[in-house]
Amino acid sequence: MGRARRLPLWIPALAAAMAALPFMAGSFTISLVNEIGMAALVVMGLVLLSGIGGVTSFGHAAFVGIAAYTTAWVNTELGLSPWIGLVLALAMTAGSALVIGALTLRLGGHYLPLSTIAWGLSVPLLFGNMTMLGRHSGISDIDPIALGGFDLMRPEFVFYLVWVLVAVTALFCHNLLNARMGRLIRAVRGGKILLASVGADIFRVRLALFVFSALTAAVAGWLYAHANRFVSPAPFSLHASIDYMFMMVVGGLGQLAGALAGATIVIAMKSALQDVLPLVTQHAAQIQSVVFASLFILLLHHARGGFMALAERFMQAGPAHGKAIEFPVEPLARRAMPERGTLLLSVENAVKRFKGLVAVNDVSFDVKAGEILAVIGPNGAGKSTMFNLLTGALDLSSGHVEFMGRDVTAMGQRQIALMGMARTFQHVKLRPQMNVLENVALGAHARGNCGYLRGGLNLDGDEERQIMAEAALQISRIGLAGQEHELAGNIPLGTQRLIEIGRALAADPVLMILDEPAAGLRKPEKQALAELLLKLRESGVTIMIVEHDMDFIMKLADRLVVMNFGHKLFEGRPEAARADQHVRAAYLGNAA
Amino acid sequence: MSLDIALILSVDGLAAAAIYLLAGLGLVLVFSVTRVIFVPFGDIAVFSALTLAFLEAGRTPPTIALVAILAGLTTAKECWQLIRQRNLSRLPRILLAWGALPLIPCIPAVLAAGRDLPPAVAVAISLGLVLPIVPLLARLVYQPIADASVLVLLIASLVLHFLLSGLGLLFFGPEGFRTQPLLRGGINLAPGLFVSLQVVLMIATALLLALLFFLAFEKTLTGKALRATAINRTGARLVGIRPSMTATLTFGATSLLAGVVGILIAPATTMYYDSGLIIGLKAFVAAIIGGLGSYPLTALGAVAVGLVESFASFWNGAMKDVIVFSLLIPALLVRSHYSSHSDDGAEEEV
Repeated sequence: MGRARRLPLWIPALAAAMAALPFMAGSFTISLVNEIGMAALVVMGLVLLSGIGGVTSFGHAAFVGIAAYTTAWVNTELGLSPWIGLVLALAMTAGSALVIGALTLRLGGHYLPLSTIAWGLSVPLLFGNMTMLGRHSGISDIDPIALGGFDLMRPEFVFYLVWVLVAVTALFCHNLLNARMGRLIRAVRGGKILLASVGADIFRVRLALFVFSALTAAVAGWLYAHANRFVSPAPFSLHASIDYMFMMVVGGLGQLAGALAGATIVIAMKSALQDVLPLVTQHAAQIQSVVFASLFILLLHHARGGFMALAERFMQAGPAHGKAIEFPVEPLARRAMPERGTLLLSVENAVKRFKGLVAVNDVSFDVKAGEILAVIGPNGAGKSTMFNLLTGALDLSSGHVEFMGRDVTAMGQRQIALMGMARTFQHVKLRPQMNVLENVALGAHARGNCGYLRGGLNLDGDEERQIMAEAALQISRIGLAGQEHELAGNIPLGTQRLIEIGRALAADPVLMILDEPAAGLRKPEKQALAELLLKLRESGVTIMIVEHDMDFIMKLADRLVVMNFGHKLFEGRPEAARADQHVRAAYLGNAA
Repeated sequence: MSLDIALILSVDGLAAAAIYLLAGLGLVLVFSVTRVIFVPFGDIAVFSALTLAFLEAGRTPPTIALVAILAGLTTAKECWQLIRQRNLSRLPRILLAWGALPLIPCIPAVLAAGRDLPPAVAVAISLGLVLPIVPLLARLVYQPIADASVLVLLIASLVLHFLLSGLGLLFFGPEGFRTQPLLRGGINLAPGLFVSLQVVLMIATALLLALLFFLAFEKTLTGKALRATAINRTGARLVGIRPSMTATLTFGATSLLAGVVGILIAPATTMYYDSGLIIGLKAFVAAIIGGLGSYPLTALGAVAVGLVESFASFWNGAMKDVIVFSLLIPALLVRSHYSSHSDDGAEEEV
């Protein structure tokens, strides 16, 4: 079997039905279906951006508008062909999205969606007030798209263009989601720390996603301008943006097919209401918007999963992401490990203050290549804070950290991760909606090169196979072979910690930083984990570990650093720690 | 630009700031207590303005029917819930609270409609009619998803705005209205600087209400309960504060604030059924400058928005809204920079 899974049966059936449609339906229906296709283009981008990437946009109609106005203007004012208009419209929209995104995508929480309202409202206001764009009367007499010397004037001809573009976009998005960058896109929701820990920058992912979704909107805008041959501000208003969001929610937030379903349901319903309402009332137009808004609210109340959630309940098949693993493949290139016993990491007078609280106070220690160093201490001793300082997740208040001979004190998490420091988290950070294989494959992200374009065009086959084989290898190392395709969210918490170790291993780390890896594991599992860690040490990986299980630690660690109240109490061999008075006092109280 | 013009523009700006101050306070109040970003604030203000306009014109305000329908829907929904829970003993209370209570302000409105009313009475009737609208809407729209993420609540808010402007068109029609100023005449503050009493009234009312607001929050037990809910919902619940109760109270206060905003703005601007969004969103710019949490900063934000709008309209009337909204971007950037978001909570699910 190839890397793409077998096509679900409904896709070729739908394609055949669509191809035959212009021969069976009237012009009005075809126009309506064209409208659905253009909306689906916008909603697909929105599904990727908001439904999957978690960046809610209340302004996407503005991008449709920017593209439509661009192509309309260059066509009517400069007399350029619609195909040049397409290029310019894409460029203009991408540029606008880049500027808007660069300004707003770092905003946290609800501030980001609020900012989208601001530009979603302002852009159509600009259209309506610019003399060169015809103010509120818009631009008319736009040329139809010409293809091979003949004009696509009639909706039947535009139909094929619209739907070929829809199909191409859908295929591209589908491929992308299953590729290396797609895994990042699906991992964006949930925060930047995990992404930084595998060497990816969440801001860049979001920005790329934002621009991509603006581009699908731009294609729709270009089609709209040349199919209707007229543009005005109204179809790009905030109201229209909310309509696109409605379509997305109706279809089912996180899924591409939902974009098509949502656009179809909403536009068909709108058209049906336009037919029916005038029969019952003379206020049809007003009632229509009231009915729509009410339906949207009911949907939010009762069926936030949308149409695809319903459909899945019948088909019982969840979205199976990820491609089949094939052996044998050329393994991914490995890093050269530093020579055993050389200085790998040195911490000098590290201090971390949280306002008044000093969580880490003047701690210094060294880590040698190839050893297992355990950091222990009672709750609140500052162990996890220490790990966050080393990995760059927190900034030091003062002091220095050197890793592999480079000063990493001021470096971000991402750069440190790229240097070969991989970590697990005390509070497990997996992506529950992704399967075990993909979660582990995230770890290998920085070992691949294929970007959005190669992913979307399905040209990343070799590298994807390598990454998947690597992930599968690490999964079998942590003893979870056979569970590759389970959703990470369905795995028990203790085992989730193992998956984090697998993810860290997939990064081919020089130094692994494990925060309480054995918590929640049963005895035989701990045994297996200890064996795995010893094997890793043999292969040259250096390990730092925070753990509360003393049996586990004493058998495993070469050296210990004991912390209490932010101070370093002790550094040395495990046996010596056992005998140390200060360590005993910290653990058992002074009376002991 | 001469100093005279600058002064006149400043006065205009402060009058607008008074409006945004009241609206901004309402938005911050609702957000901090319920986490709802209440986009439809302006629509409620429009309802109150149009109600007053209808009363002035001697027509029966359609608001009566609107309130009756909302009360009917809410009561039906609440009763349906009780029936499903087989908890019929609470039925009389529900009927009274959601069915009868909101209709009380409708009685004077029905009686007074068509008569020649003194302005104060018309204003009182309008405020009374608008008062139950937000609590009813909140019960219908927000209460079933009270525990959803801020984002879901925000989507609901935006949709509610479109619902309300649709209802506005249906009930009040497409024409715009401008009401009689409550006070006529004015004072000469300086040569060439004439300030109408209506503007003085706007600013004074805003300041007075803001002060009352502050006192109610700081000094009364109910105010403290609201603040407690704002700071920590679970904690407030643990000490016996009912979130649904504080929510209803908050929405009631918001209704009143929106009502006052509508009454104050109606003589200054022609109000249409869809004028609300822009008013609400400009107040939002003020509220976001205040981080959706600080009342004093929101007040400053309101002044900034009012002044920017007034000066912007002098330079380029058509673009003034765009200019005011672009204020949002620096405000958001500064806000986002200073507010610490936890990594896990930052991106929420719909």
